[in-house]
Amino acid sequence: MTAVVCERVSAERGGVEVLHDIDLVVAAGAWVSLVGPNGSGKTTLLHAVAGLISARGGIRVAGVEPGRASRRAVARAVALMPQRPVVPEGVTVRELVRLGRTPHIPRFGSETLRDREIVDGVLARLELEDFAARPATELSGGELQRVVLARALAQQPRVLLLDEPTSALDIGHQQQVLELVDAMRREGELTVIAAMHDLTSAAQYGDRLVLLDRGRIAADGPQAEVLTVRRIAEVYGARVEVLDRRDGRAVLPLRGGRGSAADSSGAISVEHDGAGNPGADGTESR
Amino acid sequence: MIASPARRALVVACAVLALVVAVFVSILVGPAGLTPRGVLLDMADQLPYVRVESGLTPRQQAILWKIRMPRIVLGALVGAMLALAGAAYQGVFRNPLADPYLLGVSSGAGLGATLAIVFGAAAGFAGVPVAAFVGGLLAVGATYTLGRTVGGVRSEVVVILAGVAVAAFANAAQTFFMQLHDDTLRQVYSWMLGRLATDGWTEVLVVLPYVVATAAVIVAHRRTLDVMAVGDVEAASLGIDPARVRLLLVCVATLGTAAVVAAGGLIGFVGIVVPHAVRLLVGHGHRLLLPLSLIAGAAFLVVADVAARTLMAPAELPIGVVTAAVGAPFFLLVLRRSRGVS
Repeated sequence: MTAVVCERVSAERGGVEVLHDIDLVVAAGAWVSLVGPNGSGKTTLLHAVAGLISARGGIRVAGVEPGRASRRAVARAVALMPQRPVVPEGVTVRELVRLGRTPHIPRFGSETLRDREIVDGVLARLELEDFAARPATELSGGELQRVVLARALAQQPRVLLLDEPTSALDIGHQQQVLELVDAMRREGELTVIAAMHDLTSAAQYGDRLVLLDRGRIAADGPQAEVLTVRRIAEVYGARVEVLDRRDGRAVLPLRGGRGSAADSSGAISVEHDGAGNPGADGTESR
Repeated sequence: MIASPARRALVVACAVLALVVAVFVSILVGPAGLTPRGVLLDMADQLPYVRVESGLTPRQQAILWKIRMPRIVLGALVGAMLALAGAAYQGVFRNPLADPYLLGVSSGAGLGATLAIVFGAAAGFAGVPVAAFVGGLLAVGATYTLGRTVGGVRSEVVVILAGVAVAAFANAAQTFFMQLHDDTLRQVYSWMLGRLATDGWTEVLVVLPYVVATAAVIVAHRRTLDVMAVGDVEAASLGIDPARVRLLLVCVATLGTAAVVAAGGLIGFVGIVVPHAVRLLVGHGHRLLLPLSLIAGAAFLVVADVAARTLMAPAELPIGVVTAAVGAPFFLLVLRRSRGVS
């Protein structure tokens, strides 16, 4: 079963086309990591899938067409965790999370016991109970990201779109949040599309990586195909080393300044494609 | 500030009590010599199946029911509507400074109403709110378009600047038409400063349906307004159509504002003083903010009317002067606070 289908999707931002002819099919229950440099169109693609901007081409998300269906129907099918959430004044964490129930509550109705239970469940799941009564404006960046994820989960979507979900989190909370989303995905047939800057996390959690470059898909496939030293150098202009570890490919930045051509080719040769270097893996992966 | 359920109930009860007290004080203040006992008994007498002798003279009864009560009820309706419209504008524009007066809505409605009075006397009072609505809608449209075009870093202040410009233009046009027809000058001028003069229950009956209908629509959107607070992108991802909600609520709030401006003239700052004071007490959730603004706005204007009638008695101060004297300093406070937030 497919959860998301994009057919020749193009989209504009401020009159400039920033996505060109994107074709993407995502199976239900998959985790697709969306990677690519700043400005490559990751956020725009997520917004197009969530129906927040108008896009040309065909998009279907969990049986709903974001351009045609009602906003409420779209919001029940797909939830977005935004990159820089807006924090309204004078609202508690619980009230902010409760907004996630909006598409499930009749337009002029009020929330039911079930809505409250779902909100409580999500707060417990993300260990936010101690924060529930706190004003959202007093949260740290990391706490806020968990709150906004809680709101997206309270929407009970079929497809969850994460836009840089861990950019404000320390390494411990990064793991906690990503593990939690992954656990929910495995339990509940949730499909995850996550735009991520950290290529190592992207590889660890994504079954599949989609690399965007200037609004086009530059590579789409399993991590070993997408995250190669050569491709990262081409698309990001970065010098990296890749290491294959038990739970995925790790991408490490290399320093070496503007060394000679020999120097940089030396860096590329460090790549452990497939076979890997048993010595390095053995000593460092545990 | 986050309110507990007990505190919420207390605040609502206090607001209702304040309104009742304000209405009662307003009934008693004045030269007719009405006694609290007489007024209460006469009110009881008006109830079906109740017959009591109040001891009021027919002249006192006429003052109570034909002069004081219509004026107080009109004041309460105007105050309730302006406060609620202010809260609605602040919600949909996500701008703490938005207010019917400062967005130019009141002045636009005033221009429309003036044109209706000057040129369309034949239509009678019932036609005035319609003309005021057209004027108010054009004004808020102009303000919003101007504010967005100029826009930029501090767009919430820019929108208010645009509103002030639109209001100045509408006021100038209004003065021009008044001078053109100076036979109605005095009448229009005193109306422009804001006053609650009534001719029996006529104005109340014209304004009431507008206020009831628009208040019902705005209060029905209390949840939606909470969602609008997270911005257009996130509100849309939560299943709201922000542009449609904004259009609907701006039209509705403008319609209500136009109706009360047609009846009460340009009474400023109610829409900014009342909702902000309510937020300080019970927080930002619209579920409580909207109904409380309605009640507190009514009480605020009834009290302001008492002040307008007594400060220079026997002469009467325009009520718009009273609300501006309280509201302008308050507006500066809000402006100072919002600078830190944006």
